Amino acid sequence: MSLSSSLSSPSPRSRYERAQGLIVEELSGARIGPVSFALAPGGCVALMGPSGAGKTLLLRQVVDLDPGSGHVVLDGKARETYAAPEWRRRVMLVPAVSGWWASTVAAHFPDEALAEASRLCVAMRLPEDILERNIVGLSTGERQRLALVRALVAKPDVLLLDEPTSGLDADAALAVEGCLKDVQRGGTAMLIVTHDPVQAARLASTIHRIEDGTLRTA
Amino acid sequence: MNALPLHAGDIAIAAVVVVLDAMLSIMMRLQMHRALAIASLRMVVQLVALGFILRTVFAVDAAWLTATLVLAMTLAAAREAAARPRQRLHRGHFVASLTSVAAPSLLTCLFALVCLLPAGAGWPPQFVIPVVGILLGNVLNAVSIGMTGVLESVTQDAPAIEARLLLGHTFRTATGELQRRAVRRAMVPLVNQMSAAGIITMPGIMTGQVLAGMDPLQAATYQIVLMLLLAGGSGLAAILSVRLVLGRLTDERQRLRLDRLSDG
Repeated sequence: MSLSSSLSSPSPRSRYERAQGLIVEELSGARIGPVSFALAPGGCVALMGPSGAGKTLLLRQVVDLDPGSGHVVLDGKARETYAAPEWRRRVMLVPAVSGWWASTVAAHFPDEALAEASRLCVAMRLPEDILERNIVGLSTGERQRLALVRALVAKPDVLLLDEPTSGLDADAALAVEGCLKDVQRGGTAMLIVTHDPVQAARLASTIHRIEDGTLRTA
Repeated sequence: MNALPLHAGDIAIAAVVVVLDAMLSIMMRLQMHRALAIASLRMVVQLVALGFILRTVFAVDAAWLTATLVLAMTLAAAREAAARPRQRLHRGHFVASLTSVAAPSLLTCLFALVCLLPAGAGWPPQFVIPVVGILLGNVLNAVSIGMTGVLESVTQDAPAIEARLLLGHTFRTATGELQRRAVRRAMVPLVNQMSAAGIITMPGIMTGQVLAGMDPLQAATYQIVLMLLLAGGSGLAAILSVRLVLGRLTDERQRLRLDRLSDG
């Protein structure tokens, strides 16, 4: 839902002081926006739209990875008051294509998170020994799920997922959805980009459509 | 020092070998004879011109003239270093190159003055200009490899860097591997140069001084001091250039700003 019309107080900071969750208002950047939406703790919003409509660009705007303008507020605190790395730890984007910087899978996880990672890997139907393997040789679907695990063990307040199950078979996709529901029950807010209306209906309470860089609520 | 005088006739004898090369190039259809001829002529003209310029500068022996020449050499070196990478920074490309070339060169040049000249000798152009020249040549190398290392790899490394940024790592951590790789690459030539010195190559300054009649041990000492300064200066230049370029590729929100890159 769009908040911009229902709120009239002039200063964004005082307006959102008591609001919980993520509030995005008038966010715009290159080829995107202005876009407004809200994401309550434990809530899930699906974002749909044709390829090239700006879904990925919007998510990059929210995590402050591309320069733009507008207000983004988390639990009543404006994005500018967070240091950029701290903001991205709280509002975490898992892109459609994952990046890897070390040669082994385990090196991408903090040591204290390995046990939790291992549990999540099993829940997502990944091979038991996957954490000891090398990145080279992993399939696209394995990388995609590992990137999700990597984000989940960081325990962000808000998760932005760009097509999290696009490369997976039906069973694996359902396993991933199960994990996402668990996380959601724990209070994490979630925004999921998907091309699958059935998946959107399964996971999300609200569905937004994005066309030509602007948002319509379906 | 009694240098052996050379004349135009000696140059002609040395040129015979190059002419032989050119003839072989024609016979073997290497198509190198034109480039070879042009490069040889350029070299002769440039060095003769340099000889005349230096003769004038040494004769005048004025601080402003020496400083002007040093400035011109520094700008030329910065321009060369900036021209190497196939990817460029939209803004601040030349400034990054100039800073990384000038600061280490001038710093090491001061060290050279202290090490190699007796106290109170001032800034004789016969000393300052060749030393600045050799320092700039080496530092230029380190800067161009350092800048190239970042600018030509960062696009390819972007997914890995952004993956780390998205997990809340700082830009510094996220680009740490790229930074270390670029600095290491830029420092390899100077390590090679020092390891090979005296076994595989006889370094230029020592060669020149021995040919000009100096005692080999004294020439070696001179070379050692210069080589240490070159290594120190190049190392500083490698680190400085890599960090300056990386600094230009981020902003106050620790983003990776690939939009600040442009082709050649």
